[in-house]
Formats: sequence, structure tokens, C-alpha cells
Amino acid sequence: MGLQAYLLLAAAVFAIGLFGVLTRRNAVGILLGIELMLNAVNINLVAFSRFNGDLAGMVFALFTIAITVAEVAVGLAIVIVIFRVRKTVEADRLDLLKG
Amino acid sequence: MTLETAGFWGLAAVLLAGSLAVVLTKNLFHSVLYLAGALVATGGVFLLLDAAFLFGIQLLLYAGGVVTIVVFAIMLTERLVGERIRQTSRRLANGAIVSAAVFVGILMAVGQARLPTERPPLAGDVTRGLGEALLTRSVLSFELLAVLLVAALLGALYFARNDD
Repeated sequence: MGLQAYLLLAAAVFAIGLFGVLTRRNAVGILLGIELMLNAVNINLVAFSRFNGDLAGMVFALFTIAITVAEVAVGLAIVIVIFRVRKTVEADRLDLLKG
Repeated sequence: MTLETAGFWGLAAVLLAGSLAVVLTKNLFHSVLYLAGALVATGGVFLLLDAAFLFGIQLLLYAGGVVTIVVFAIMLTERLVGERIRQTSRRLANGAIVSAAVFVGILMAVGQARLPTERPPLAGDVTRGLGEALLTRSVLSFELLAVLLVAALLGALYFARNDD
């Protein structure tokens, strides 16, 4: 399989994740879509790294994975706080900043 | 058909089906379980690309860590039984159009680029090279990552703490 196949697979996963982010109402569902998009990026990084024979891409993927985990932890903590304050995690009803 | 080709198509099918299920299923809890499947399939893709260490990291952090955290968050914000856990989607047509446009855009960019079809032979052990790169060339980023993880942990604890 060439590099192109991996890139197309990642692009498809990225588009699906974007679809989830755009259409989900639940804040946790939106976070799951973001997870999918970040995963697609990791596939790209590792594929480029392997096909160019340079390990820097894999090091980058490692950083991305760790940062994603931190992001999920903080994001879900925010979701929990929002749920405590507003009693809902529906993104459409969280419009406190709307003028 | 070589083993790599068969593995790639099998993993691609699992990954795409899992991803679609994540964004389309009504039950949020099922969504997370499908996400775990998609993440493991991604790990399999890493394995195909000779990155065995990243496969392990993927299983530990994503399929183990992230899924557990998300399940906890769902249990704290929804009732596991009953109607509350049903989630709906909105503006499906608009979302489909935007994501299809992004996909086609990437498709055209990838189609135009001249990409290698053969991977170069491995120059030594990938895991060993990764460890050496982490602790020499990118050691500063590595240490900063440790600081970031501590900050994220404290931040999450601070956000989610009880007021009393």
C-alpha cells in the first residue's frame, strides 16, 4: 500500500469526525468527534514518517497523543462543571455568551 | 494480495465503520464503545506502519485512558438508563455538505501531490530510534509535555472539584 492509501483513509476519518463535531448536540458527543479528527492527524503523521524514513513524525504523533489526552481530561472537566451549573450539556442551550 | 494489503483493507473497514457509528448512533454510551473500536483499529494502522511502540501507546492512552474518562463523564452528566442518554443530531445536511467538501478538498490535494508508493527499508529498531529522538533532539519538548500533563491534571481537578 502506498502513502496515498493511508492519507485517504485519514482524510475519510477526519471528515467523519468533522461531521460529528458539526451535528452532535451533546457536548460529550462533540468531544468524541474531536477525538476522531485528532486520530486522523496521527495516522497522517505516522504514515508520512514511515514513508519518508524520518522518525520525527512519530515523535510528533507521540506528543499529539499525550496532548490529546490532556485536552480530553480538561474538556470533560469543563463539561462536568457546565452540567453542574446549567443542568444540561446540550451545546445549543449553552448560549450564555450570546449577546 | 499480501498480508499488508489485506490488513490495511480490514483495518480501514473497521476504522471507517467505527467512526461512522460514533457520529451516527443515538446512544451516547454506544458511541463511546464504537470510539474504542475505532481507536484500536487506528492502533492497528500504526502497527502496519511499523510503529509498534505507538500501537502500545495508543492502546494504553486512548483505548484505555480516554474511553474510561469519557465513560465516567457520561455517568456523571447523564443517567445511564432511561431517555436522557439518547442524543440527537441537528443540521445533518449542512454537516454532511461541509465535511464532504473538506474530504473532497483533501482528496484533490492528495491526488495532485507526487507521493512515494514504496516505503524505505527500516534503518534500525523503530522503538529504539524513537526513544533516542525523544531524549536527544526533542528532549525539551518532552520535558515541557510533562509540565503540560501536570498542568492539565491540576486544571481538571480544579474544574471538577466540589465547591464545599
